[in-house]
Amino acid sequence: MSFPLLTATAALPAIGAIATAAVPAARRTAAKWLALLFSLATLVLAGLVFVRFEPGGDRYQLTESHAWIAEFGVRYELGVDGIGVALLALTALLIPFVILAGWHDADPLETKSSRWRPTQGFFALILMVEAMVILSFEATDVFLFYILFEAMLIPMYFLIGGFGDRAHSGSDENAAAQRSYAAVKFLLYNLAGGLIMLAAVIGLYVVAGSFSLAEIAEARANGSLEMATGTERWLFLGFFFAFAIKAPLWPLHTWLPNAMGEATAPVAVLITAIVDKVGTFAMLRFCLQLFPEASKWATPVIIVLALISIVYGALLAVGQRDIKRLIAYASISHFGFIVLGIFAMTSQGQSGATLYMVNHGISTAALMLVAGFLITRRGSRLIADYGGVQKVAPVLAGTFLIGGLATLSLPGLAPFVSEFLVLVGTFSVYPAAGVIATSGIVLAALYVLVLYQRTMTGPVKAEVRGMPDLRVRELAVALPLIAVLIGLGVYPKPLTEVVNPAVKHTMQDVQKQDPQPEVEAAK
Amino acid sequence: MENLIALLVAAPLLGAAVLLCGGRRLDRAGHWIGTLLAAASFVVGVVLFSAMLGYEAEARTMRQHLFSWIPVEGFQADIAFQLDQLSMTFVLLITGVGTLIHIYSIGYMEHDERRRRFFGYLNLFLAAMLLLVIADNYLLLYVGWEGVGLASYLLIGFWQHKPSAATAAKKAFLVNRVGDMGLSVAIMLMFTTFGTFAFGPVLSATGETSEGKLTAIGLMLLLAACGKSAQVPLQSWLGDAMEGPTPVSALIHAATMVTAGVYLIVRSGAIFDAAPDAQLAVVVVGAVTLLFGAIVGCAKDDIKKALAGSTMSQIGYMILAAGLGPIGYVFAIMHLVTHGFFKAGLFLGAGSVMHGMNDEVDMRKYGGLRKYMPVTFVTFGLGYLAIIGFPGLSGFFSKDKIIEAAFAKGGTEGWILGSVALLGAGITAFYMTRVMLMTFFGEKRWQPDAEGREPHPHESPKSMTIPMIVLAFGSVFAGGFFAIGDRFTHWLEPVTRYDHGHAPVSAATVTGATMVVLLAGAALAWAMYGRRPIPVVAPRGSLLTRAARRDLLQDDFNHVVLVRGGEHLTRSLVYVDHSLVDGVVNGTAASFGGLSGRLRKLQNGYARTYAVSMFGGTAVLIAATLLMRAV
Repeated sequence: MSFPLLTATAALPAIGAIATAAVPAARRTAAKWLALLFSLATLVLAGLVFVRFEPGGDRYQLTESHAWIAEFGVRYELGVDGIGVALLALTALLIPFVILAGWHDADPLETKSSRWRPTQGFFALILMVEAMVILSFEATDVFLFYILFEAMLIPMYFLIGGFGDRAHSGSDENAAAQRSYAAVKFLLYNLAGGLIMLAAVIGLYVVAGSFSLAEIAEARANGSLEMATGTERWLFLGFFFAFAIKAPLWPLHTWLPNAMGEATAPVAVLITAIVDKVGTFAMLRFCLQLFPEASKWATPVIIVLALISIVYGALLAVGQRDIKRLIAYASISHFGFIVLGIFAMTSQGQSGATLYMVNHGISTAALMLVAGFLITRRGSRLIADYGGVQKVAPVLAGTFLIGGLATLSLPGLAPFVSEFLVLVGTFSVYPAAGVIATSGIVLAALYVLVLYQRTMTGPVKAEVRGMPDLRVRELAVALPLIAVLIGLGVYPKPLTEVVNPAVKHTMQDVQKQDPQPEVEAAK
Repeated sequence: MENLIALLVAAPLLGAAVLLCGGRRLDRAGHWIGTLLAAASFVVGVVLFSAMLGYEAEARTMRQHLFSWIPVEGFQADIAFQLDQLSMTFVLLITGVGTLIHIYSIGYMEHDERRRRFFGYLNLFLAAMLLLVIADNYLLLYVGWEGVGLASYLLIGFWQHKPSAATAAKKAFLVNRVGDMGLSVAIMLMFTTFGTFAFGPVLSATGETSEGKLTAIGLMLLLAACGKSAQVPLQSWLGDAMEGPTPVSALIHAATMVTAGVYLIVRSGAIFDAAPDAQLAVVVVGAVTLLFGAIVGCAKDDIKKALAGSTMSQIGYMILAAGLGPIGYVFAIMHLVTHGFFKAGLFLGAGSVMHGMNDEVDMRKYGGLRKYMPVTFVTFGLGYLAIIGFPGLSGFFSKDKIIEAAFAKGGTEGWILGSVALLGAGITAFYMTRVMLMTFFGEKRWQPDAEGREPHPHESPKSMTIPMIVLAFGSVFAGGFFAIGDRFTHWLEPVTRYDHGHAPVSAATVTGATMVVLLAGAALAWAMYGRRPIPVVAPRGSLLTRAARRDLLQDDFNHVVLVRGGEHLTRSLVYVDHSLVDGVVNGTAASFGGLSGRLRKLQNGYARTYAVSMFGGTAVLIAATLLMRAV
């Protein structure tokens, strides 16, 4: 039996979480290094998965399968396709930066009035989330996926509620109350989605008699499993609802700005760049593959919701006064693009959506983490409290600008590639939707440049004077992310190579073909 | 030889990377590195040019394929270059004028502590602009297109501590993004129509699709051109862009970047030729902007803004010519090149004047400067004669040809366009004479500034005057060199094609008429600004003057409709999101499970609730499966 590589990529951070949590309270720094080391080792394993994965090979590779709860046909089944590999790589890549950026976020406070912060717990929870997210990208058993989809809420809940952003305009009690509210809102929204999904999972089992993705898809493809139209639609809705909350899609998005605003910047990155991707990933993997007909049936409504998300999220971002909430609304707009790409059901749209998930993760991480560095320096999240930062901290301002330019999808940086693919893929089937979505590029420029102008340019504000520029640890976070953004913007081929075959399979699942160009169609 | 093409972009790109990442230790050498790499790119351009001259006129296109950029099913985007006569013309203009402006900036930016970064941005601009003109497909062109937008943003806002500069930079980028939407949609339309967006396949297949599609593509390309080239209705950013350092205004906002729209339309000529409605839109935009810019240029007291109005107007001429089809393509580009010389020269002259006048830009506080700045006066004066179309100088040949071509369009349309172009020539003579008189003639009108510093006008250093002299040479001789023996027409014809059209009037008549309006315009300016002393405080002026000072009220319109309207929209949406969407979703959830009601109270006991629901869920699942088995 070969080495269970996929299990290892998830087990390693899980072991790391336990090990970190076990470090004695006094050895705080040791715990941080341990967590970082485990995340880097996970990155190495993820790199190995990336290398071992053959784009031309089987749909699911590196598979593992063991009986788990034999009574109910639940199996521990793992396997990755190109989309899974890409997101696995994204997760493993970002976690070390999240840890590094949050290095001091869970240090105990000097004033006694505030709560003691369990440093070990913070990093252990981050690794725990990593383990669950990675496993959810690998799970090919619906029930296993469901368990992980729900279970990852627990560490996330504690990360949001227990380790809030210290930069807060209100009193300590007020801050604690808002943090609690954000955490509970996060939990309840996702829980509600999860419970509905649970019903759908059970329903699927009742209909299909199996939890195995491969088995069900196979049975559906060869006709041995017929699903009544109504049944399929209900099941689809059950799954989709949960994913649309997690992704999040308008109008189910309101938990995100609260959660991202109140959490520390690294945790906000964890939410939007990593955990939320499970939602869009699952749309591609479960909704389209298990319920192709229902997916096509729901497409018009979903496209409209995605368009609303794009425009609405961007407009709301323009109106924000809080830096982190602004980035949160920008993310809502970007998730709209991802969903649009998935449900356009063209090769370009779906490849674009997958790349978008990766690129959005990296660009948001770059922007949000640098924003976090800025906020820590000044102790405020309000845009109005800044001004002229580029004069005193030019490197910070420069990296912030690059993160912002990536967010507005400047050509040459990675997000441009994915955004353009989504737009083209959408336009070729729904021209009007493509044009409306394109207006997002103007709005994105607006919220990014307004944010940059108000915080970084103009006369230097008194409170900003003396602000130190980025430190070595912070540079170690910002520069590699920027390098990846440029690298994938100029040469995205390593990623597209892995993703293309998976997209081809999904296109077959939904039995869709790309529209022919007019000139060729005429021939 | 073809493998050298990438070097054109690589050299300045390397410069940008080194200068922007190099840190303070490069402060002392940064400007030399930047200038050398710009010059290196120019040398590569010259080498490629001489190689190109060695080929047959019809076989001069050189290609270089680097790698496949975005390989996705059904989608092919390459990093590949195409260097033909049209691209070559731009390469020489960009690198030539670019290098001169790098040299000029060494002196101009000498006392700026961020000079290294300035050169880094200038190099970045060159790289992006060169990419724009040598890309072999629209998507790669788009990269250069937005790249120059970024460089322009960074350079307009170079003095970021000035809120006006930061605002102007943002405005330029945003207005350009509106245009970019057009380019984006145009590329998508090409993709769905032709299955590709590479120049070759698209431009050779225009016959295989409907005119409607081509019109749509053409209009979208025009929208893009309007943004980048500051044409009505997307012109409002150019005047504000003068907040940038003057070398930037010369290079980016006069000689090169703002002409990218003309390049786009001429490059896409095959599309426009097959879409007469789109062409009509192009000439209308060109004609309107030609007058719009000229009128604004007449009213501005800020020397750079007066020149910016002029730039807008001159590009209007180019766009007009480009919209005429094969009658005009060649002359659009010819005027673009000569304009590159004289307008860059004029801006550098303005910069030289400001350099000697404590950065004063108000022409009402100049006067009589010819005695203090003889080199600036002579070079600026030659640029002035060139732009108004003084016989024998560059502008005479290139502008005259556009006016002729406009008449040659034929029919009523030809008469209207020709008359507008003719009228524009008169206004050009007026506002440029005004600038000349207010700056270099009359009595000195400057006073000590707020801090009590009296300006001591003086000639600028050699590093600044030499580029001005070189550009003055271009302003004088380039037009004649291009026009005599139709050299320029023969050079570009294989790419753009050329058609004489049917001129209703002889060339001599057009030239004569142009001379008449030119003299009238200049004489009027002399009567108003030469014969009488110029008040230091601007008089109230007529209604038109006041409107023109405010950019013909376009900014006011934008402010009321877009800025204010937008603010109201986003503010009300923030409210809606907070109370309505959030409330409705929570409320809906509450009606199902009472979740929302407990939301705020649930700060304790959440984990219990969670555990209970997880447990409950699992229990239901197990029960259901057991039931299934039992059945």
